[in-house]
Amino acid sequence: MRVALFATCLVDQFFAQAGVATVRLLRSLGVEVDFPRGQTCCGQPAFNAGHWDEARRMARHTMGVFEGYDYVVLPSGSCGSMLRVHYPELFVGRGADYRRAVSLAERTFELSQFLVRVLGVEKLGDGLTGRRFAYHHGCHALRELGVEEEPELLLQNAGAELVPWEADRECCGFGGVFSVKMPVVSVAMADRKLDTLPRQAEPEALVSTDAGCLLHLAGRMKRRGDALPVRHLAEVLWEARSGAS
Amino acid sequence: MALRDYPRRAAELIEQRPEVRESVTRAALHFDRNRARAYAEAPAEAWRTYAKGVKDHLLSRLADYLEAAEARLTENGVRVHWAEGPEDVHRVLGEIVRAHGVRRAVKAKSMLSEELGVNAFLEAQGVEVYETDLGEFIIQLAGEPPSHIVGPAIHKSLAEIRRLFAERLGTPPDASPEALAAAARAFLREKFLTAELGISGANFLVAETGTVVLVENEGNIRLSTSLPRVHVALVGIEKLLPRFEDLAVFLQLLARAATGQPIGTFVSLIDGPRREGETDGPEEVHVVLVDNGRTAALADLEASEVLRCIRCGACLNACPVYRQTGGHPFGFVYSGPIGEVLAPALLGPGEAYPLYHASTLCGACAEVCPVKIPIPKLLLTWRHRAAEEGLLLPMEKAMVRAYAEAVVRPRAYRLASKAMRAFPGALESERLPLVRAWTRLRSGLRPSPRPFHELWEEIKDEREG
Ligand code: SF4
Repeated sequence: MRVALFATCLVDQFFAQAGVATVRLLRSLGVEVDFPRGQTCCGQPAFNAGHWDEARRMARHTMGVFEGYDYVVLPSGSCGSMLRVHYPELFVGRGADYRRAVSLAERTFELSQFLVRVLGVEKLGDGLTGRRFAYHHGCHALRELGVEEEPELLLQNAGAELVPWEADRECCGFGGVFSVKMPVVSVAMADRKLDTLPRQAEPEALVSTDAGCLLHLAGRMKRRGDALPVRHLAEVLWEARSGAS
Repeated sequence: MALRDYPRRAAELIEQRPEVRESVTRAALHFDRNRARAYAEAPAEAWRTYAKGVKDHLLSRLADYLEAAEARLTENGVRVHWAEGPEDVHRVLGEIVRAHGVRRAVKAKSMLSEELGVNAFLEAQGVEVYETDLGEFIIQLAGEPPSHIVGPAIHKSLAEIRRLFAERLGTPPDASPEALAAAARAFLREKFLTAELGISGANFLVAETGTVVLVENEGNIRLSTSLPRVHVALVGIEKLLPRFEDLAVFLQLLARAATGQPIGTFVSLIDGPRREGETDGPEEVHVVLVDNGRTAALADLEASEVLRCIRCGACLNACPVYRQTGGHPFGFVYSGPIGEVLAPALLGPGEAYPLYHASTLCGACAEVCPVKIPIPKLLLTWRHRAAEEGLLLPMEKAMVRAYAEAVVRPRAYRLASKAMRAFPGALESERLPLVRAWTRLRSGLRPSPRPFHELWEEIKDEREG
């Protein structure tokens, strides 16, 4: 099985350790991981803002980079849904490109979904025994990819406790370009999430599979002065496996 | 109110009137939770698929169904009018006002009447207009437009309503909600009895039988449509249903989606004016079939799904963007997710800019919509069209081009990655407008000390674990 890691630009730039964790985690499960060097960004910001010609250019680039791999695994739900859901849409009626897009879509998985649904792994280890987290479901992971039980299952089966959080499935307000096009609304949405975070349950960190949400929520918490560490799911899952923290 | 000012108005509301955000969030979440529970208790998924199918079928042969509806309505003794836009509606209403010497009109809640500027028109004709839905009554007293499709006064706190009623109706400053409702009822009772004209919208119009269907909880619609001599129902042409039996699903689905009720407290099925021997009901019933941009939207294959909407408001309640402000900043009769896709469909993407950008594409709306309108997909379509038409932020096209260039050239991407680390303060600089938009309310971004693509070089030959 040839598996390519698509780190995604946000993990590459802002959560580099989550990339490292993804590689180690997959290798520990016997998966051969490659990191094709041509990879950059999936083009989602351009697509979401309506710049579909530019988005197609970037999509063609990414489709080329990941040709020939059995699976493409992303430590991200949002970019995962760009590849799985929106690349095919972008190339409807465009012959060979459409077929390439569908082929890539079928091989693309968000990390936790890849572990559970493709590898059939539900227990990574006991590395999270006695630890408590708040889990934020990113919207594209949740509603476009159906990543819902997988992260919770993997965390809980490794001994972690997830604190009940009223707004855990609500949008955090990041929305890519939305976060700077309509910053006040974006931040009000973050505040709603953060105000409902059950601090009294003392989660050690806020965890999500999407770097964008984490950057936004971390930036807001820091500004509010009530920072809780944010952790990328991949790093926590690696701790589940390796027992290190 | 220009739609263009949405971002400024939304920001001002959030920063200057936190009580609005609080009221809207609380009420919308309450509605949304009720909706979720009501869906869970019913075969909601099957009903939604059915309802979508019925509406798609209707829209695929709308002209035929409209003709059938007109024929049935006419047989039932209802006078049918066709209106292309507000002017036609105003003309019809003007004629009725003159013919019947109308001095007072009572209104049942109708978003379409808001869309058509009915109140202002009637008032200019010297007609007193009274909104009789409690929420509409409140915002009419306050001189405000509705803030929600179903709960027009959703943005008002109890304290604010108390103040308003004390000032205008003389209720005690600490009146209970029940006492406030009673005061409104007492005030409106005389209006119902003396109004010559009752105006309503329609939730559905059944083509097969020519039945106007109205759903409500307060009983005011029943009074507005049966006490006055003349009843005018304003009906958007997309409000048709093919068959009477379709109501079996639509009535339950609408109520569950809107408020979480199994069915509305009052459902009125109006099939014409008072007949001989009947003791109540209006002498004349008029149905005005209103286009106002709808046939143009219907012809637009990439945008026409918006016409399935049954105005339940579920997408507003589910929307985390809407919940921060309520409907006012949108500047359009319909707000929230449905407003964001209806505005460009009815007004064009230029006029509606940037409402369809007021979304994170989180998908919560599509998940709850009883007729499965793919709102995020429609938002993307409008964004795409807007970009094609050059409706962009300053510099946006140049920035997107530069970004695309870097993405398709890995070496350029890696250089940019180095540059970002060479100027570590760049993402915290107050001088770049985009960076400032981030940092005004969030602390600045700090890249990882080294990007993953550099770390890969060190771990690529690591053995397992
Ligand atoms: S778009 Fe759907 S959820 Fe929103 S008001 Fe219309 S029918 Fe209801």
